[in-house]
Amino acid sequence: MQTLLRTPLYDRHVALGARLVPFAGWEMPVQYEGVIPEHRAVRRDAGAFDVSHMGELVVEGPGARAFLQSVLSNDVERLQPGLAQYTLLTNEQGGIVDDLIVYELGPEEFLLIVNASNREPDFAWLREREPDGVEVRDVSDDYALIAVQGPRALERLELPEAPAFTFAEGQLDGISCTVNRTGYTGEEGVELLVAAEAAPELWDRILERGVVPCGLGARDTLRLEVCYPLHGNDITPETDAISAGLGWVCALDTGFTGADELRRIKEAGPERKLAAFVMEEAGIPRQGMPIVEGGEVTSGSHSPMLERGIGLGYVPAGLAQPETELTIDVRGKPRRARVVKKPIYSREER
Amino acid sequence: MAAAESYPDDLRYHPEHDWARVEGDEATLGITWFAQDALGELVHFEAPQEGAALTKDQAYAEVESVKAVSDVIAPVSGEVLEVNRAVADAPETVNDDPYGEGWLVRVRLSDPGQADALMDVEAYKQHLAEHG
Repeated sequence: MQTLLRTPLYDRHVALGARLVPFAGWEMPVQYEGVIPEHRAVRRDAGAFDVSHMGELVVEGPGARAFLQSVLSNDVERLQPGLAQYTLLTNEQGGIVDDLIVYELGPEEFLLIVNASNREPDFAWLREREPDGVEVRDVSDDYALIAVQGPRALERLELPEAPAFTFAEGQLDGISCTVNRTGYTGEEGVELLVAAEAAPELWDRILERGVVPCGLGARDTLRLEVCYPLHGNDITPETDAISAGLGWVCALDTGFTGADELRRIKEAGPERKLAAFVMEEAGIPRQGMPIVEGGEVTSGSHSPMLERGIGLGYVPAGLAQPETELTIDVRGKPRRARVVKKPIYSREER
Repeated sequence: MAAAESYPDDLRYHPEHDWARVEGDEATLGITWFAQDALGELVHFEAPQEGAALTKDQAYAEVESVKAVSDVIAPVSGEVLEVNRAVADAPETVNDDPYGEGWLVRVRLSDPGQADALMDVEAYKQHLAEHG
């Protein structure tokens, strides 16, 4: 049995009475009080998530920008110091090795924050391809990452507003951290990158400000309501960006790995598309359940805001239009669902 | 608000964390505090049909939280007389009151002797201590 890794906040989670589960090789809090109250706290007020299991890779050197432009799908040339970008690490087939956020720290230095389960594959992928004049380093163990999300997140942290996908060095209650205007919940908020040894104190200061600790359970339902894909479920090395609806982060003219194949898929039209759906009957869709009309559920759960089952799944392209009726095979029982426009939940509809 | 941990001494228990309140040739069935706590807040109760036959030790329903689905195992054999609609409409009732308002079904026992073979509260607490 492999030993599970623990984040610098592990003792805090235990003290808070979190339910800890294995996730991507880490022992992580899935919930504290409960998934539903934590989810609602983020939609209505503010919640804090320990996402220190995510990986941090630094790419630096005179050739760093050109290298990243060749391996990442989005246009790295549009970055400048202080700006971040959602992007994909792609393979030759246009498949998605990982989805990540790239931060320009300086003209020759970039930070990649990657999925926990892909930290090692991403690092190996980049190391194998790094040209002379570029160095890739895994600095994950040096940092903790705390996401604070929700309509009152900035107010509770006394942080000024700033555009999404920007970042700056800052302080919270005297603790230095990098304040990233990013997140995975569909709400306003920040992700605070902090030195591992300072993380427990930062976490305490955040909670003292009335922010509710939230586990990976709520993180998953929050992201699913706003249709942010989860790598390993909705996007994988076998699924391409166009079919996944991520063409908007693919700057095909930059010639990144797999761009030719993605252009071909885009011009021909994908055979299947990642559709969002809500259940019209009782039952909760789960990953792997067949969609009777073709395809299968890649993510499914109960939506705390809609109070019904919701999901994502690949369906034949002709069935991906909103209002299309689908049938989900819920453990042998056919249950009706309806394709909806993404996101499934948005603030304006509440 | 979730109930505090308790195991009433007037119930019979099944090792799969189900309880039965036996009254003559009828019984009310539900899941224990331990079961609802392990699942978290319930969001769906996939109930059997009224009139359905239950077989001891077999699944007769499903309870589902945000993160997980679990079969509900019949502690006794019988016929479903009534399904708790309150739980079908508001599954979190089970978390709030697992032995009261959160009962799942009422059944007519096909073999009342089966209930005697179930655990009493002390045996169930011992089972939890060993296997919980």
